[in-house]
Amino acid sequence: MSAESYITHECDVLVIGAGGSGMRAAIAAAEAGCSTIVITKSLLGKAHTVMAEGGIAAGLGNLDDADGWEVHFADTMLGGQLVNNWRMVELYAHEVIDRVYELERWGGLFDRTDDGLIMQRPFGAHSYRRLAHVGDRTGLELIRTCQDKLVHTAGAECLMEYTLTRLLKNGDRVVGAMGYNRNDGKFVVIKAGATILASGGWGRMYRYTSNSWEGTGDGAAMAYDAGADLLDMEFVQFHPTGMIWPPGARGILVTEAVRGDGGMLFNSEHRRFMLDYDPVKKDLSSRDVVARSIYKEVQAGRGSPHGGAFLDITHRGADYILRKLPSMYEQFHALASVDITKEPMEVGPTIHYTMGGIRVDPETSATTVPGLYAAGESAGGLHGANRLGGNSLGDILVFGRRAGVAAAEFARTEGQQRDVDERDVEAEQTALLDPLDSSHGWTDRENPYHLHEALQAAMQDDAGIGRSDASLQRALSAILELRGRSKRMRVVGRRVLNPGWHTCRDVTFMLTVSEAIVRSALHRQESRGSQWRFDFLEQDARQGQVNYVTRRDGDSMTVEAVPLSQMPANLVQLLPRSRFYDPAKLPKGYLRPEEMPPATAKEAPG
Amino acid sequence: MTTTGAASAAGLDGTSPVSEYGTPDPGLTGDTITLNVFRGTPDDQQGDVTYQVPGVSGMVVLDAIHYIQHNLDTDLAARWNCKAAKCGSCSAEINGRPGLMCKTRIDELPDGPITVRPMKAFPLIKDLVTDVSRNYEINRAIPPFTHAPDDGTPWRIRQADIDRLYEFRKCIECYLCQDVCHINRTHGLLDRFYGPRFFVRVASLEMHPKDVLDRTEQTRDEGGLAYCNVTKCCTEVCPEHIHITDNAIIPLKERVADKHWDPVRWMGRRMFGNRDNDTQPPTPSPAG
Repeated sequence: MSAESYITHECDVLVIGAGGSGMRAAIAAAEAGCSTIVITKSLLGKAHTVMAEGGIAAGLGNLDDADGWEVHFADTMLGGQLVNNWRMVELYAHEVIDRVYELERWGGLFDRTDDGLIMQRPFGAHSYRRLAHVGDRTGLELIRTCQDKLVHTAGAECLMEYTLTRLLKNGDRVVGAMGYNRNDGKFVVIKAGATILASGGWGRMYRYTSNSWEGTGDGAAMAYDAGADLLDMEFVQFHPTGMIWPPGARGILVTEAVRGDGGMLFNSEHRRFMLDYDPVKKDLSSRDVVARSIYKEVQAGRGSPHGGAFLDITHRGADYILRKLPSMYEQFHALASVDITKEPMEVGPTIHYTMGGIRVDPETSATTVPGLYAAGESAGGLHGANRLGGNSLGDILVFGRRAGVAAAEFARTEGQQRDVDERDVEAEQTALLDPLDSSHGWTDRENPYHLHEALQAAMQDDAGIGRSDASLQRALSAILELRGRSKRMRVVGRRVLNPGWHTCRDVTFMLTVSEAIVRSALHRQESRGSQWRFDFLEQDARQGQVNYVTRRDGDSMTVEAVPLSQMPANLVQLLPRSRFYDPAKLPKGYLRPEEMPPATAKEAPG
Repeated sequence: MTTTGAASAAGLDGTSPVSEYGTPDPGLTGDTITLNVFRGTPDDQQGDVTYQVPGVSGMVVLDAIHYIQHNLDTDLAARWNCKAAKCGSCSAEINGRPGLMCKTRIDELPDGPITVRPMKAFPLIKDLVTDVSRNYEINRAIPPFTHAPDDGTPWRIRQADIDRLYEFRKCIECYLCQDVCHINRTHGLLDRFYGPRFFVRVASLEMHPKDVLDRTEQTRDEGGLAYCNVTKCCTEVCPEHIHITDNAIIPLKERVADKHWDPVRWMGRRMFGNRDNDTQPPTPSPAG
């Protein structure tokens, strides 16, 4: 079979994904003088970043003088249960402050203090009021601001509604990617000096998810196929508050800002159960703790009618709610016929974010494959075992920019040779066209949507909020069985905008990523952050010293425990600056309590 | 922070998790929903195709479209992303009215078959998907936010200014206003008319306290602001309830009128030449 003709583009830097990290990376690369192509599966400005509601966490200290990058560092490390990459956290906490001010100078709006400075709202497990925000639509503001900056940045071009399916290599180095134009089905090859994966996370393999259709893990799966390391894949965040009724709205996010602005969780006995589970942080405990608490209340028979909890903010009054949470008001009014100024919301955990991702170098966002970079949710390491709210919008700006700068440098110095291997292009074309080939004569062909639903059931039930060896083994068997069936996926129609055909590759990608989640979760035989093992309820000090790295070995997936690097003493000394630092309850790992500073150090001037 | 005692509170046996919500209630209402959905491409216009879908409590039109894609016709094309009315992807015409499929509740539509068609003002690609690329060209043509040079210290802005601009920044670019506007829809003038979405965009830039450019001339000439005869159809379909006509378009029209039809300014131009572009930039705010 000879290769079908395809359209070729060439650029210095290819950015896959046009959410916040992709756009910020492209702006940085173009400003460094590189011709830059940004690819998006959707229209520009629709990426999942728009769903982020609460704000950007940054230690501006506009309301609380004691805040600063140091406390932000400590909160983020403790929230991540100390298995974060400390160097990423350090860079992040420093630079996110500049990124917020930069966004404002690009035209982004933020709510203000009485003095006219950027307002900051409290959020779960942050020591101080820290989230720069505009109402409950900060993600939309970020994406619109970056979008306007991007389209007016010389040298950057955006190709909308393309799906890339394979990274192309020349020897060891990634020299671009290939895929198809969704709207006409034609193949495209993009040759690039350096390639950045900014393709977001993966939540679509779960039944109840706040992710859009795009969250199928394309970037992680393509990176894995190209030989890159994946890190911490077991850490998948359940946001404690998603909508749970009506059925079509199940999983849609209810922002943590509801609790940040005073919302309280109640069970069916009208008890504020978070006072029992976390008397210090209460309703604003970290997301893993709140999600598990709701789960436990439901399992104990104290759930709301549709199997969740009640979230009540009515005491703040209609004026306040309409000003600070306008899109939540609209969402419940339109979708659930609930007036949140008068009635409580019914909420339950929903898959929200993936802490794990492609393993990167903290300084440059380079992956373990030359010429390939990753930033934002598709990369791993910053958030450890649990991400704090507000740290994702900051992440995408800080590491989007870093990836763009580093990829531009690589493209200029080492990325001139961009020839692709035509055999790779041909093999990928054949694989992509297989589900449309009517000559197979299968009698047992598979509907890709039904395979997707089967995968969602397996992951939700057996690799979800609570896990055990038995459940994970069940999930793994289901994935391997679905992998076999996926070879017989078959769809009707032509290649012009055929969603069934597009779903075939989505399913393939999701199977790869799901297998990585399950295999990593099997290896981490402890409970830590978002990983809750019913057969290992405690944290294990030995496993607190490692990250689990997943990589491809021929056709099989391997998981390796990789030791964490030692946090320097000056950063260890910052940990007590968190208001939630408690030497008696430190995450277990290589930092033994006797090595930790005493809690009183938090009052020391910084 | 640790997970001590996790399972005991839940009364679990400590070996195997159970599904988060038990068996999910599918919420079936027992009704059957009939939809007539437009199918076709510019070369192959098939017209409306009838599908029947089981009714579910609180169902929106996009839920029905997903049911069709999953179970009846995997080839039905529709755009969507967030399914929460925050991204503006799933615009269509439902029973002839432009709206978001993710926000249109089936139980709020009249009984009987529901018609779902693509936006009429834009060229068809396939089924419910249209080519909206012209909107991106317009956005590129509008000069971006530009502030006066300053020393980089944090800006001070009044919350009142943010509140006024926030209305415009709520826009999710669903282009329903562009679709409903008769300048585009009936007269097909989108090639010389920015349309309501981008008048909102211009207004958000012009009213930003730190912006120093003046885009009113361009909005009048290239943007065809005068074509708008304030019928307010755009305001009516906006899913974000932006008062497009009253708060964006009319103030822009007033700015144009002030500059060009104010008799004092007219006399000034005659006597001293055109100085309309020397708008006073706001003084950079002093540092904290």
